[in-house]
Amino acid sequence: MARVVVDVMLKPEILDPQGQAVQRALPRLGFQGISDVRQGKRFELEVDGPVDAAALARIHELAETFLANTVIEDFVVKVEEGQETRKAEEAAK
Amino acid sequence: MTARIGVVTFPGTLDDRDTQRAVRVAGAEAVPLWHKDKDLKQVDAVVLPGGFSYGDYLRAGAISRFSPVMESVIEQAKAGMPVLGICNGFQVLTETHLLPGAMLRNNHLHFICREQKLRVENAETAWTADYTAGQEIRIPLKNIDGQYTADERTLDMLEAEGRVAFRYLDGNPNGSLRDIAGITNEAGNVVGLMPHPEHAVEPLIGTGRADGLGFFTSILKKLVNA
Repeated sequence: MARVVVDVMLKPEILDPQGQAVQRALPRLGFQGISDVRQGKRFELEVDGPVDAAALARIHELAETFLANTVIEDFVVKVEEGQETRKAEEAAK
Repeated sequence: MTARIGVVTFPGTLDDRDTQRAVRVAGAEAVPLWHKDKDLKQVDAVVLPGGFSYGDYLRAGAISRFSPVMESVIEQAKAGMPVLGICNGFQVLTETHLLPGAMLRNNHLHFICREQKLRVENAETAWTADYTAGQEIRIPLKNIDGQYTADERTLDMLEAEGRVAFRYLDGNPNGSLRDIAGITNEAGNVVGLMPHPEHAVEPLIGTGRADGLGFFTSILKKLVNA
């Protein structure tokens, strides 16, 4: 099993009222010097089997048709290596 | 024969009963359609009513788009069947790409519920023929994801082709670009809008007027004349 992460963000030119509301709250909480906040979504997909080029292509299609609305959002697909590395370390012990 | 108008219920739909009632008040037969059914029961037109289908999870309208009933609705809409999307239904229509653009959270982040004045910009769609271009109507508005957005090129195209069907008057309630409250597809059979005409078909309820009834009488007239 491997984990694939899909990060979805509103496109830079699209107004993000939620991010703005968070940003406006920062000075009240004593956090200074943060001039912009944008809020996105992170999807963690547990994938059965190897994440090869074909599997990644399917996930890319999934992100493009469903997880993100590409009229307003951009997305990035990443394979999370951490898990497998950890497993390899354990095996080495 | 009476026109049969389908009203789709998704899990989380709220306004299906009001919409069915509006259809009946206009004089047509309301046919309930369930989201899991691909069969449209030979209806002449479909309304996607308001509510929070699938809890608005992921994005408003995003999950509904892939329901079995929508496969048939998309196919029939492309073949010319009239489809009206109200509020969440409008969001579903943008997610299916039957209508261009997308819906964002209201710019002030508040849920809004009020009587909204609109101008009918296009009275030649399947759902607006009983109005006149430029007519001002008042119907209820209630949503949190109602900010219509699209890129400049799309907006210019909509304006140039007369596809902005409704515009907000007396204040933009949610930051919608160019005060757009509703749009139509190129053929005029698919229409989506954020405010709720089905809540204003009898003077006793809603705004105390029946300004929304025209949607349902328009489609009836179109179907009878077809």
